[in-house]
Amino acid sequence: MSHQLEAQWHGFHPGAWIREVDVRDFILKNYTPYEGDEEFLAGPTDATKALWDQVMELSKQEREAGGVLDMDTRIISTITSHGPGYLNKDSEKIVGFQTDKPFKRSLQPYGGIRMAQKACKDNGYEVDPEIVDFFATHRKTHNAGVFDAYTPEMRAARSNHIITGLPDAYGRGRIIGDYRRVALYGVDKLIQDKEAQKDSTRTIMYSDVIREREELSEQIRALQDLKKLGQIYGLDISKPAANVQEAIQWLYFGYLAAVKEQNGAAMSLGRTSTFLDIYAHRDLENGTFTEEQIQEFVDHFIMKLRLVKFARTPEYNSLFSGDPTWVTESIAGVGIDGRHMVTKMSYRYLHTLDNLGTAPEPNLTVLWSTKLPQTFKRYCAKMSIKSSSIQYENDDLMRVTHGDDYAIACCVSSMRVGKEMQFFGARANLAKCLLYAINGGVDEISKKQVGPKFRPITSEYLDYDEVMERYYDMMKWLARLYVNTLNVIHYMHDKYCYEKIQMALHDKYVKRYFATGIAGLSVVADSLSAIKYAKVKAIRDENGVVVDYEVEGDFPKYGNNDDRVDEIARDIVHTFMQMIRGNHTYRGGVPTMSILTITSNVVYGKNTGSTPDGRVQGQPFAPGANPMHGRDSHGAISSLASVAKLPFKDAQDGISNTFSIIPGALGKDDLIISGDLSIDLESGCDCGPDMSCGIPNLMEGIDDNEAGN
Amino acid sequence: MTGKIHSIESFGTVDGPGIRMVIFFQGCPMRCLYCHNPDTWNPNGGREVTVDEILKEYETNKAFYRNGGLTATGGEPLIQIDFLTELFREAHGRGIHTCLDTSGITFRRDSKELMEKFDRLTRYTDLVMLDIKHIDPEAHRALTGQPNDPALNFARYLGERGTPLWIRHVVVPGITDDPQALKRLGAFIGALPTLKALDVLPYHSMGAAKYDALGLDYPLKGLQDMPKEEAKVLRSYILEGIRSVRNQKE
Repeated sequence: MSHQLEAQWHGFHPGAWIREVDVRDFILKNYTPYEGDEEFLAGPTDATKALWDQVMELSKQEREAGGVLDMDTRIISTITSHGPGYLNKDSEKIVGFQTDKPFKRSLQPYGGIRMAQKACKDNGYEVDPEIVDFFATHRKTHNAGVFDAYTPEMRAARSNHIITGLPDAYGRGRIIGDYRRVALYGVDKLIQDKEAQKDSTRTIMYSDVIREREELSEQIRALQDLKKLGQIYGLDISKPAANVQEAIQWLYFGYLAAVKEQNGAAMSLGRTSTFLDIYAHRDLENGTFTEEQIQEFVDHFIMKLRLVKFARTPEYNSLFSGDPTWVTESIAGVGIDGRHMVTKMSYRYLHTLDNLGTAPEPNLTVLWSTKLPQTFKRYCAKMSIKSSSIQYENDDLMRVTHGDDYAIACCVSSMRVGKEMQFFGARANLAKCLLYAINGGVDEISKKQVGPKFRPITSEYLDYDEVMERYYDMMKWLARLYVNTLNVIHYMHDKYCYEKIQMALHDKYVKRYFATGIAGLSVVADSLSAIKYAKVKAIRDENGVVVDYEVEGDFPKYGNNDDRVDEIARDIVHTFMQMIRGNHTYRGGVPTMSILTITSNVVYGKNTGSTPDGRVQGQPFAPGANPMHGRDSHGAISSLASVAKLPFKDAQDGISNTFSIIPGALGKDDLIISGDLSIDLESGCDCGPDMSCGIPNLMEGIDDNEAGN
Repeated sequence: MTGKIHSIESFGTVDGPGIRMVIFFQGCPMRCLYCHNPDTWNPNGGREVTVDEILKEYETNKAFYRNGGLTATGGEPLIQIDFLTELFREAHGRGIHTCLDTSGITFRRDSKELMEKFDRLTRYTDLVMLDIKHIDPEAHRALTGQPNDPALNFARYLGERGTPLWIRHVVVPGITDDPQALKRLGAFIGALPTLKALDVLPYHSMGAAKYDALGLDYPLKGLQDMPKEEAKVLRSYILEGIRSVRNQKE
């Protein structure tokens, strides 16, 4: 990279970021923490309102059409495949759609042609037969590659649902390109940088060196295409962005290129707000733009992110309970130098929930720390109460591992932006694995021999030590099979559906997390607790397969802060993770695990027979690391305390505990819960109209405060 | 020392400031018509716990209670005043904010021994939420089966002791919604020197299911919930009463 100071960088503090691609350095040297409140924010402009009305109208049409308004069946989506698309060319301040018009879903067959065909067919469209033929005979897909390499055992595990949700027929996602690089450096510099990387590969052509050189070439081509994408919209993004509007636009083009190229299971945005605030701050100081204009750029940007759409099948949508794109944006957090990273832009992003109304996407995620300023905490609480659309994650926990420039992919997967990526790995069903241990590898529903033919348990009443011994053996088998299945998948995804533009926006040397996941933790913990502390009788069918269980007596249940069972849950997580770690992973992937089915727990439950905790066949699992429904009897904090005992180091890819609560149960006054969770007993809190009495207004509820805004 | 409790709610957000661990004591001499915890009446029910057990659980979850604390409710905690005092003494000593949610029913000035106990209890009590069921003695008796002077005297006593006080009052259609009575209630509590807050709770019938489960008749069967808007109007009568005495003072 050349060291010359670009004109567009005028006014920025220089640093290492000038000599090498280092966005974090740029941010830390230039951002301005904001301590104030939300008073500065600007409402929506008329243009914003008109555009959003248009979007709402199209959304209505889309719903009426059954969920999809238009699909591309002829043009294979690439970075440059489509001409420009607009809502209203004259009033859009940030431009770009995945196809030539909004709400039209693109055709992305590289993950698997059959999935692409089915997504079209189920929505009443048909992929051009020539394209189908081409991918069937001339161009292999990720899906075809995977099935060429799968073993019969892998196929059986898959079809019997002991390993489920595998990304073997669709894009794996979970990779976050550092889209900020496009804005800070312009595409030309990034190409230059990648050329230099290519020139410095090792020189003996081992297969990994060959792959590296091929991938770098692909990345460079993707970057050249990215420039063309700019040109399609009449913009030259070869040079750095000169102001905040350009910075947002350049960054968005980077992201747009990614979603044009990949229909990934989660296509997250990264951590962009504080980066962009540096431009906004400079523009405000120079008088380039007003606050209202800047908010308008942000509103239009967020609007575009809300309109990212993919062609998906009804099965996919039912697995994820909706049509999620997981455009996750990570906001705030605290820097390694101790300064919080809240800026005005953090507010502007959250403010879109007011200006455009609430929406599930983009998934605005606040990286929460006790060190965030009170004013921002209060604003977050207020916006959460209003919109129910903000996700919070523990920055104090994740910062230790990932530093201060990580972001969340999907819902909880953390990774350093542009330096780490993840191989997404779906989930192994540990509850079913327990049933396999009891039945010697025979599936309790299909009755097929899926797992290894270990000795089944033959006693009438289950013995804890005997079950645990068998269970450990079966988990070991499952861990090995699971990791190997994922090895096949990620090898083929890299080969046939490589994320060119996203990886172009990464460093040369990338740390790859090898993500695995488990489902059914609370079922397993309670089942083992029942076997240990109560009596569990096995009910067998005519072939001796245990198909049901009778529990006699009571037993400690996970979710009540009771160590007797919480320890079991903790041990299972640790043990299974150790077993995962004991396997070879593709491309030096660093194994991680998650416990976070958020919606698919229903499907897992449907495909799992009755379990020794008294759960009947088909009954949904609890989501993520939740206690089973109705079994936690000590209130939310005891329930959380059980979950909190799970070791984060063994489940670094995330532990979820979903819990919903009616507003009234959160206190009588949102002032009590917003921000510092306390009211001043001496002076009393806001008395509203009854100020004269000096008595805190406990009864004034959430509704009143909303009405007042 | 052990006490009898009905249950523990680890995430209490409506019984005192902040997030609190709420201990439901077992046993209550009151029979309020609208009681939504009839399962806590029987003093022989519940389970035995020690102060240590309760505080151990508190400590494991204390990160959540940083701006909250511990609330004793019930049932009527005061009928186990020795255990309650022991719990609060130990908690208070550890810097835990202690809050007593009570009807004040056991309070009497005529026993020296009992007064010593109350003096000791209030030493370790950071806040009392006193539920005055009705300002009128007769109406109070009809509603709860007990006189109301213990509650009123307890309120005055807390003023003497300097113990911060919240007044809670449930507004029930046709029973505690008389504007004149509410103004009188306001005038009474307005004169209390340690009054910090007024908490008016609209009546709801969510406790009815518990009566069914216990095989009891629900005394207020068929009574509609108090709408929140109306409760606000009723609250303003109490505030009017408070202002009438506070303005006089000035």
